[in-house]
Amino acid sequence: MATRYTGLCIGVTGLNANDNPGPGIAVIRALKAGLGDDIRIVGFAYESLEPGIYMQGLVDKTYQLPYPTAGTGALLERLTYINNQEKLTAIIPNFDAELHNFIIIAPSLLKIGIRTFLPSLAQLQVRDKANLFEFGNKNGLPVPPHYKLFSAADLPHVTEELGFPLVIKGKFYDAYIAVNMDSALKAFKQLEAAWGYPVIAQKYIKGTEINVAALGSGNGSNLSIVPMRKLYITEKGKAWAGVTIEDNALVELADQFAKATQWRGAYELEIIRDAEDQLFIIEINPRFPAWIYLAAAAGQNQPAALIKMSMGENVTPFNSYETGKLFIRHSWDQVVDIAEFQKMSAFGEL
Amino acid sequence: MKIKKNIATSENGFVFNPATGDSFSGNAMASVILLAMKNGVNTAEIKADILKKYDVSVAQLDRDWEDWIIQLKEANLLELELNHGN
Repeated sequence: MATRYTGLCIGVTGLNANDNPGPGIAVIRALKAGLGDDIRIVGFAYESLEPGIYMQGLVDKTYQLPYPTAGTGALLERLTYINNQEKLTAIIPNFDAELHNFIIIAPSLLKIGIRTFLPSLAQLQVRDKANLFEFGNKNGLPVPPHYKLFSAADLPHVTEELGFPLVIKGKFYDAYIAVNMDSALKAFKQLEAAWGYPVIAQKYIKGTEINVAALGSGNGSNLSIVPMRKLYITEKGKAWAGVTIEDNALVELADQFAKATQWRGAYELEIIRDAEDQLFIIEINPRFPAWIYLAAAAGQNQPAALIKMSMGENVTPFNSYETGKLFIRHSWDQVVDIAEFQKMSAFGEL
Repeated sequence: MKIKKNIATSENGFVFNPATGDSFSGNAMASVILLAMKNGVNTAEIKADILKKYDVSVAQLDRDWEDWIIQLKEANLLELELNHGN
């Protein structure tokens, strides 16, 4: 049965459903659950082996995008070409590293009919790993102390201040727990090579890992907040299983963040609860998390709500969700013909 | 002693704390006692019921009960406000 969303064409990035998954596939599942199976999903990929490209039931067509380092001009040019083929309704970017460019070109995208629902550059900057501690201090949010590292020579002083173990983090992704100077140095070198400067050294907080997926309205409130406790964590620190939980202190943290930033769009708080029940925000991601389908399954479909907001709909804030809802991720070997891979590699679309 | 109101228990002894995400498996006995505590039955009544049904001395039951309460505290399943009258 046709609905007002029938025929919407939504572009989604983050199709890398691997052991460190991008959120794209979860976002697409939520969109189809919330807006109907008859929407069209256009995937955006950076590499030909991103599994989502070949998930025909979920992704109708995929186009390769230029890497974020190619700049806003290249991105806009590519998206204009894609829009001429697809008539996109909206785009949901799902990578931290691409958000900067998408925010800059958002007004140009709107001119050609493509909607987004993104934070401002200032909002993006304020929760950046490099600024998080200062942001927390200023707004009364509990954030563990950290130092910015610009050279290996910074390590001795910083490790003396923070002690071991400590967490060494990349500018955009990846983090290692360093237990001595050797492992701290190794982590620093890997992360500076992968993501550039600054590398972040953060005080290690031992405790339970909790994530909160939320959707900011842009006027200081949240439309949706769903906390999840990680039950199974991979070597890369990613949740492979998790369960929705209910704790007002987590909701209050998210509300405090939205109020302080006037956040517009999706975000995720990464939180540790220590043995004394104290909460620490260790990271704030400016996008949906890879487990966002759990939020939809628990009753708050944030991706669908975001699309409605982008279209100017007045979305009523969610006020409940089901606790005790689990997700358990799994691996699945997709078999595709080499011709499809070849097509994606050679022509940048499939 | 009161079990937190939002703790979910099942007949087969599975306990889920929605505030923390912790889950526990208990035996049939644990399941019965948890259900009674959740329903507001006081400690004296629960103990009396156990003494009536099982071949156990009062001293042994008191020791086991203390151990049980420690486990519940460690699992964060008890209300912070302790009702010393029970």
